[in-house]
Amino acid sequence: MNEAATAPLIVASTDEVATVDFDTSMESQIEKILERYPNKGAALLPVLWLCQDRWGWVSSGIMEAVGRRLDLSPAFIEGVVSFYTMYQRRPPGKYLLQVCTTLSCQLCKTAELVDHLKRRLGIDFGETTPEGLFTLVDVQCLGACGEAPVIQINSDYYTELTIEKLDRVLDGLAGQ
Amino acid sequence: MSGPILLRARGVENSRSLSTYRRLGGYSALEKALAMTPAEVIEEVKVSGVRGRGGAGFPAGVKWGFVPKDTSKPKYMICNADESEPGTFKDRELILVDPHMVLEGITIASYAIGAATAYIYIRGEFVREAEILAEAIAEARKSHLLGRNILGRGYGLEIHIHRGAGAYICGEETALIESIEGKRGQPRLKPPFPAVVGVFDCPTVVNNVETLACVPHIIEHGGAWFAKIGTERSTGTKLFCVSGHVERPGVYEAPMGTPFREIIEGPCGGMREGKVLKAFIPGGSSAPVLPAEKVDTPADFDSVAQAGSMLGSGGVIVMDETVDMVWALENLLVFYAHESCGQCSPCREGSDWAVDIVRRIRRGQGQDRDIETLRRIARFASQGMTICPLGDAFCGPIASFLDHFGHEFEEAISKASPVSSKALPILPVRSDRSLFGM
Repeated sequence: MNEAATAPLIVASTDEVATVDFDTSMESQIEKILERYPNKGAALLPVLWLCQDRWGWVSSGIMEAVGRRLDLSPAFIEGVVSFYTMYQRRPPGKYLLQVCTTLSCQLCKTAELVDHLKRRLGIDFGETTPEGLFTLVDVQCLGACGEAPVIQINSDYYTELTIEKLDRVLDGLAGQ
Repeated sequence: MSGPILLRARGVENSRSLSTYRRLGGYSALEKALAMTPAEVIEEVKVSGVRGRGGAGFPAGVKWGFVPKDTSKPKYMICNADESEPGTFKDRELILVDPHMVLEGITIASYAIGAATAYIYIRGEFVREAEILAEAIAEARKSHLLGRNILGRGYGLEIHIHRGAGAYICGEETALIESIEGKRGQPRLKPPFPAVVGVFDCPTVVNNVETLACVPHIIEHGGAWFAKIGTERSTGTKLFCVSGHVERPGVYEAPMGTPFREIIEGPCGGMREGKVLKAFIPGGSSAPVLPAEKVDTPADFDSVAQAGSMLGSGGVIVMDETVDMVWALENLLVFYAHESCGQCSPCREGSDWAVDIVRRIRRGQGQDRDIETLRRIARFASQGMTICPLGDAFCGPIASFLDHFGHEFEEAISKASPVSSKALPILPVRSDRSLFGM
């Protein structure tokens, strides 16, 4: 879609998010989210998104802070967070490479891209490169099958990929 | 039909902007609807015969009619943009091309059922698409097409975007409702249906993006006009998302009842590299696979059902002669095993077992009884044995792959290397449980 336009994720270290307090900016965004729903609990998914955008992942400390704010138990929040695949429970690399591995992409040779990625980055699915730049994950259908093969990097879709195109994208991101 | 209806703005410059949308006639249907009574709007949509484009094919007007009129509770409209069915990418296209068409549809639908709040539930991966919708909502508000007093007619509506976070099952309407409420997306037992007890325990209608995009056209030109397009029981045009082994994959609009062959050989440019069609999945991955000889089936709800599959979401996955069907089924089953919410054992366990069995068949470690076991799973986890249709969604593929391409499975098993069952690496033990009467 848009080569080398993807911004890196801001990823907080484990120490930084061991305990969390919402500042006034976060607080005012939470207030706005709450206006959309008749009860506080419904704000859980958007507030988790807000936190992940801010810190890059959802730590236990973040879940506790969200729980205090929305009157939900940390255990309940953990149950919700673990249900959805997009909330990161460990700090990812700056670029989260999400490779669609479902049928339509596989028919368009995603496997070759995967082999190439694993070789180039020296990591397997679920791993992060040592310098913390790339995390590689396999995901289920991204809903862009007409432009297969597709990889989502952070928020952007990269479509109709070939090994050459993918290399250019990664070179661009690594050089940013 | 003289041209595209839902995709009329594709290729038009700045198609997403409000000014372009209005130039093409947008929001005149909303003006018209607000001059009608809600009951008249519902009636018009009933006359159109428009059936749900998300997969189930339930008539939208009838669904709206289920919302109780005599309740003091607030009512909610939800636009389902969770588009996660493998092979389906039409709602994304509609949002990318014409977000205001979707908003106008939501607004008319909300007016019809008496909702003052609507949510667009959009899958978490669609970050840019959510931004596009947010921009369109802001634009519409500024022009009094949303907000407290729409077009000065005294009707008010707020549309909020609610992003999912990665869960196929949230496309199921009751799971979606749970997810809006901030919970794990686990489907609810029905009844009660959402029209009576939906989000926040209030009457709720959930409609797919494409269904809602049809609504402005139905109101503008009349239900009877819409009903004339397509077939008698599948009215209007449909967006077909074609992926896999065709020259030009993509989203194409055609009247309901257009044969799959015409779609594949026409706008899609035929099979990629001149290869031969082997099989196609007509309606998203949950629809049973059909062999090449069914390619002349008309693409409408009834004809596809008669051919042994379902029109579903209109996601057409095309496979050429090179595809190993054991491999293809394994890929689909991995998806369902991953996406099963875990509430119902037949689905949670059955999908996992099915992956194990098909995987070992593909790896040359299949056993003679594996096909029968797969068939038992397909019977055991479908047809009402689970809370939601995810059970059926993976059982249909199992049964249809075996029906049409069983010989590939048998061949793989017959070629299997003779290893003792004890040496098998992947859990054949689990599928021996007495649960299956073995």
